Amino acid sequence: MNIRKTLATLGISALVGLSAAQAVAAGTIKIGSFLAVTGPAAFLGDPELKTLQMYIDEINTKGGVNGMQLELVHYDTGGKAKEAVGFAKRLIKKDRVDVIVGGSTSGSTLAVIPLVEKDRIPFISLAGSVKIIDPVKKWVFKVPHTDRMAAAKIFEDMKKRGIKRIALISGSGGFGKSGRSQVLALAPEQGIEVVSDESYGAKDTDMTAQLTKIRNTDAQAILCFGFGTGPAIVTKNVRQLGIELPLYQSHGVASKKFIELAGAAAEGVRLPASALLVADKLPASDPQKGLLLAYKQRFESKYGPVSTFGGHAYDGLMITVRAIERAGGTDKAKVRDEIEKTRGFIGTGGIFNMSPTDHLGLDLSAFKMLEIKHGDWTIVE
Amino acid sequence: MADQILQFLLTGITVGATYALVALGFAIIYNASDVVNFAQGEFVMIGAMSAVALSAGDGGLPMPVALLLAVLITVGVGVLLQRFAIAPARGASVVTTIIITIGASIFLRGVALLVWGKDIFALPAFSGDAPIHIGQATLLPQNLWVMGGAGLMVLGVHWFFGHTTIGKAVLACSCNRTAAHLVGINVGLMMLIAYGLSAFLGAMAGVLVAPITFTSYDAGVMLGLKGFAAAILGGMGNPMGAVAGGLLLGLIESLSAGLISSGYKDAIGFVILLLVLFFRPSGLFGRASVERV
Repeated sequence: MNIRKTLATLGISALVGLSAAQAVAAGTIKIGSFLAVTGPAAFLGDPELKTLQMYIDEINTKGGVNGMQLELVHYDTGGKAKEAVGFAKRLIKKDRVDVIVGGSTSGSTLAVIPLVEKDRIPFISLAGSVKIIDPVKKWVFKVPHTDRMAAAKIFEDMKKRGIKRIALISGSGGFGKSGRSQVLALAPEQGIEVVSDESYGAKDTDMTAQLTKIRNTDAQAILCFGFGTGPAIVTKNVRQLGIELPLYQSHGVASKKFIELAGAAAEGVRLPASALLVADKLPASDPQKGLLLAYKQRFESKYGPVSTFGGHAYDGLMITVRAIERAGGTDKAKVRDEIEKTRGFIGTGGIFNMSPTDHLGLDLSAFKMLEIKHGDWTIVE
Repeated sequence: MADQILQFLLTGITVGATYALVALGFAIIYNASDVVNFAQGEFVMIGAMSAVALSAGDGGLPMPVALLLAVLITVGVGVLLQRFAIAPARGASVVTTIIITIGASIFLRGVALLVWGKDIFALPAFSGDAPIHIGQATLLPQNLWVMGGAGLMVLGVHWFFGHTTIGKAVLACSCNRTAAHLVGINVGLMMLIAYGLSAFLGAMAGVLVAPITFTSYDAGVMLGLKGFAAAILGGMGNPMGAVAGGLLLGLIESLSAGLISSGYKDAIGFVILLLVLFFRPSGLFGRASVERV
């Protein structure tokens, strides 16, 4: 008897719950996301998810978008491209989301593109590779700077210092490889010669062998392209070997963690990075300053040190929200058109001006060239 | 060129000493129970991560205390692992036990992820970062700590198995478990000792190399793999062979990175490993196994 009663209550409450959920669903905008929240790329996906949740909550408490509440449907890919495809399918077919903001790594984003194009759903990627938007795909956008821009920014700084011959050392992971090919492709047209091209494994613990080889070339600077522990070990090994050449790193290490890991060896290292890292050092006239400080303050009061990756999620989400506002609804084709018309949007990554031929909309000014001095970032002018 | 070679050799020995320490841990559990403990890399990680956690921040413990506690914690984990995961499967075959250790390694990694998060951490070097110059080549004081630590532990392990009753009892368990039991050896206790000792070696490796290689919840995967390769190369079950295998693997990697191609150094290392296994299936210094019928 008792059991029957419980079952009955459960059944009723389940029914009530279901209809309540349906009622909410009628007035919601579903934002789908697949991120590398765990696994080797967790440092990307983790702050991205936190940022999405934080701002979606905030938008909802302020009354939502066009009077509709936002609902986040997200899956953890663990950094695996294969998982990403499965989750993207589920987001589109089963969860029927209105737009996708996600894809922490270039691998998972590239794997999902054919699906997104086929099912015609607006997709804003949070991954770095230039291949995502070059050539332009109708439904695919991205917000982070590309590795090609990072290489261009580094070359710009090198030319100012009169550096013509460089040694390249890159990680064997996707980010390092993609960076390496961009550097090699861009160098000739910038008048820079790559005299040494070395690599290291993602989990390698010592790069002195490669750097000893580099020391015996006539390179005027060393450029390291990678993320994780590798670049920090390269930095320490360069100092250990007493190499005096200027050392450049990529935007892959643009976090306080790098300075912490490399310690004193990081002094004098230069790298291109988003303005978010130096928000408090920007001149008051900088249009991004207010937003950057607000995002930084909000993220740090809740979760700890801010990273540029969480910022990409902010940019992706806000561009989507603005586009839905302008489109006056969630019609996928209209939202896509409005995303493409994003102009003068001030995000954490820079000022976005998208167009039918440019689905990123950032230029080199979005990057700041930084130098590490006394264990902190300084802006190089 | 000679300077370059010297640097490659120094690098190889440093990296090799790290592999050797991990390989040594593999050898001990293999000696005691014929089981390859795939959670060995996780011991290294737990040692390093607990040392970082205990010594970090303003309220952190002084470095020597933190290191000691970190090693003790890891030994505790090793003993618990044996007691609650390996011992209950007493009657199981070696293969089953190996699979249990793989499961344990995934579990330990997961726990570390929950406890310490996904960040990468560095432990400060024991005696500074000023490089030591040998001709044109350099090495760090911490490299000497790794080499010295590895050397001491190899001698310790050699002495333990060759000259102590407990060490010989552990070996006896591996030779014939039933016979060991019949002559009055407490097999269960010997297994606990083997896992504890192996966790101790792992933790020592972890705290010694953490200032050079950094550490994170998944740092044990690659170190475990390389240590395993080193142990195979030298001959499973021979502590001296494990050390020789580690040094050899380190030297091969560094020389091929320096002289041939940095992109192919891991491939070259593994090709040589395969060749060794092809011509000497029991490793460079392993006893040939005899199957009695």
